[in-house]
Amino acid sequence: MAIAAEKSQPPLHGESLAPALYRVHSIRRETHDSFTLDVRPQNALNTPAFAPGQFNMVYAYGCGEVPISISGDPADHRRFVHTIRAVGAATTALCGLKKNGTLGVRGPFGSHWPVDESAGSDVVVVAGGIGLAPLRPALYRLLAERQRYGRIVLLYGVRTPGDILFPRELKQWRAQFDLEVHVTVDRATSDWQGRVGVVTTLIRKATFDPNNTVAMVCGPEVMMRFTLLELLSRGVPADGVFLSMERNMKCGVGLCGHCQYGPTFICKDGPVYPYTRIASTFATREI
Amino acid sequence: MPGNDSNQRCVTFESEQLQSLLDAVQGRGYEVFGPRVRDNTIVLDRLSSITELPIGAGTDQNNARFRLTSRQDQAFFSYTVGAQSWKRYLHEPTLRLWNAQRDDGGFKVDANQSLPPKQAFVGVRPCELNAILALDRVLLHGVAADSAYRSRREKTLIVAVDCGVAGGTCFCTSMGTGPRASSGYDLALTEIIEGDRHYFVARAETELGAEILEGIPHSVPTEAERTAAENVVASAAAHMGRTVDAANIRDLLVRNPSHSRWDQVATRCMTCGNCTMVCPTCFCTTTTDVTDLAGEHAEHCRLWDSCFTLDYSYIHGGAVRSSAKSRFRQWLTHKFGIWFDQFGQSGCVGCGRCITWCPAGIDVTEELAALREGNPPGNCPPIRKETPRGNA
Amino acid sequence: METLERILAEHPFLHGLARPHLELIVGCATNVRFNPGQFLFHEGEEADRFYVIRHGKVRVELFTPGRGPITIQTVDDGDILGWSWLLAPYQWHFDAQAVELTRAIALDGECLRTKCERDHDLGYEMLKRFAQIMQQRMDATRLQLLDLYGNSR
Repeated sequence: MAIAAEKSQPPLHGESLAPALYRVHSIRRETHDSFTLDVRPQNALNTPAFAPGQFNMVYAYGCGEVPISISGDPADHRRFVHTIRAVGAATTALCGLKKNGTLGVRGPFGSHWPVDESAGSDVVVVAGGIGLAPLRPALYRLLAERQRYGRIVLLYGVRTPGDILFPRELKQWRAQFDLEVHVTVDRATSDWQGRVGVVTTLIRKATFDPNNTVAMVCGPEVMMRFTLLELLSRGVPADGVFLSMERNMKCGVGLCGHCQYGPTFICKDGPVYPYTRIASTFATREI
Repeated sequence: MPGNDSNQRCVTFESEQLQSLLDAVQGRGYEVFGPRVRDNTIVLDRLSSITELPIGAGTDQNNARFRLTSRQDQAFFSYTVGAQSWKRYLHEPTLRLWNAQRDDGGFKVDANQSLPPKQAFVGVRPCELNAILALDRVLLHGVAADSAYRSRREKTLIVAVDCGVAGGTCFCTSMGTGPRASSGYDLALTEIIEGDRHYFVARAETELGAEILEGIPHSVPTEAERTAAENVVASAAAHMGRTVDAANIRDLLVRNPSHSRWDQVATRCMTCGNCTMVCPTCFCTTTTDVTDLAGEHAEHCRLWDSCFTLDYSYIHGGAVRSSAKSRFRQWLTHKFGIWFDQFGQSGCVGCGRCITWCPAGIDVTEELAALREGNPPGNCPPIRKETPRGNA
Repeated sequence: METLERILAEHPFLHGLARPHLELIVGCATNVRFNPGQFLFHEGEEADRFYVIRHGKVRVELFTPGRGPITIQTVDDGDILGWSWLLAPYQWHFDAQAVELTRAIALDGECLRTKCERDHDLGYEMLKRFAQIMQQRMDATRLQLLDLYGNSR
């Protein structure tokens, strides 16, 4: 039996797997291996709207598509901002693009940080390394409507002082009285005046009310495991912790199977999960 | 079972008329595909005449074993499935998704899809029919539909054939997918050989199917013919080569990611991915990009992929599932377990291909039984019912 | 004005300690202050105290020939610094240098050790609390060793 031809199906992201073309408006080096690209639609005035934590499938000509979280301001519809670490062929090609270079973009895809849902609560943002990139849109939103939230804390850990993303913004945020920002490095250089030690050690010292806190965590999986332990031991309820997971991804729309994480697909059920949803999976190795 | 057919068009036709049926399908503009014997096995290919069908061919299947046998009769459909499944004609092994062309410093994308021809599958086994329905669920009814699959699926006519013989690795009765085709077809045939008489009892589920039957010489099935058809299927059901206790199987797998059996099977599994390549419901794909030497032209292609490769779970720095154990566990747990969470049904249709074609002779039914042994029901996370999130 | 006793009583490290024990500890405590660049202690010196950091930041360093001082960790407000006073041969294993103006409470190690020997209940309480600090430090050190954000996961 054939299936009925569906004509009234609403258009969905990924319905067509071909990317829209974007042009590089600017590219800035963040660290020795990471770059931030401001890209704008080639044939449209505005980008599709996105929510903090979502990602795009970004195509480098001849190299392939890779999932990259959006690191810009969700209120800005003129551009997508992507912070990319050059680790493979496609990401290296993307980081090598020049101003006005062309790239492909499909998206946005995936779930988002519970920014609206956190109104009235303290918000603790814990980022590790490049994990700050998908959290930055959430910070923009939190700070844009600062009065809706209790305390806001940003705890950021990186390998060395040279790996710190968005240093200018961090400096600006640190100067704000309504935001507690702590940055720590695993390995200090001699000129580093800041904290040395892993990011998890900051959780014990940050000021927030664990009973009324939403924690948003993104970083390497091990870092998230230990961060979770610290948050729970401080008394943050399990359903107040949100994690952003990463897996291989080829399509972004639940068709290729690659991003399966336990019973879920990270591309559509994630990347942002409440910890309670993935608790059993999170504890299993090589899942 | 027969009660379901009350509102179906049901006829009897003699075996010689099978060609008329084929002609009627072809006459409606369908390219016909069906089983054939080639290279000492059963393959699927274009079919123009019923003489190309595996007449008188049987199959001997077991762990890592597939042999063609000769039958004493002229049965068209007394073989059990070969390595290939219909998936290849709906969810193609390789597919060019789109092209990119260098242009004025940048590039252009051409995503025009050529429209596939109408295709008819003749000889679709009930397990395979259920596999197609499982693929429909995955590729058409998620957050996004696979447009390539849809365009082919919309133009596919299905002539199912009930099983009268069960293979040595078959377990469709355990999975509730056979040996009788229950729905999803245009036409379903039961092949009956009684002494010198060789005939088919056919039922149509669609208008098109009924119209085709109407056009070939036929008669109204007698009570005896209906009973004979039931007996054919009952005989297959009684001779399943394998069984699986499917009760709460999802919970069993979800609860046991650390079972010692995974370590045992990992010593045998070569992670070759054969099981995923022959599986009629494995849907995973990867993409690859190729350019010409000058770099003027690039193609973005999609290929079948297997969760048994290291590349499958590779993220910068390494593969998430680096051990054979974790990859076998992923496959089996997905197929029989979390497929329920994702798609509301099992991912296994009991065709037995993964048992037949595993070079190490790993038998999923044996593995599942071993996992169950000494494993009383316990707590495990419930299947989550929810509306898709995201795309906000 | 905050008394030493109140500050110590409210510190999480000593939270829940019995009154008489707290008084014994306060008896070993003094207020101290370090200017930026000033060392709290040096590797190899006698470890005769530990510190409850009130405000400021201190680097724990290891000096290596050719590379100079390597900062292993920093401690700041509310942290406990030093446990070498507790275990023979009572010698500091690292350098500790104030990065900024640092105020702390110093607790006399010998004074405490004597009291702990005399009152094993107090000794047990102190060991339990230091064991927890040690465990936290070890977890943190292990994570640091992993080089979490490096190219290999």
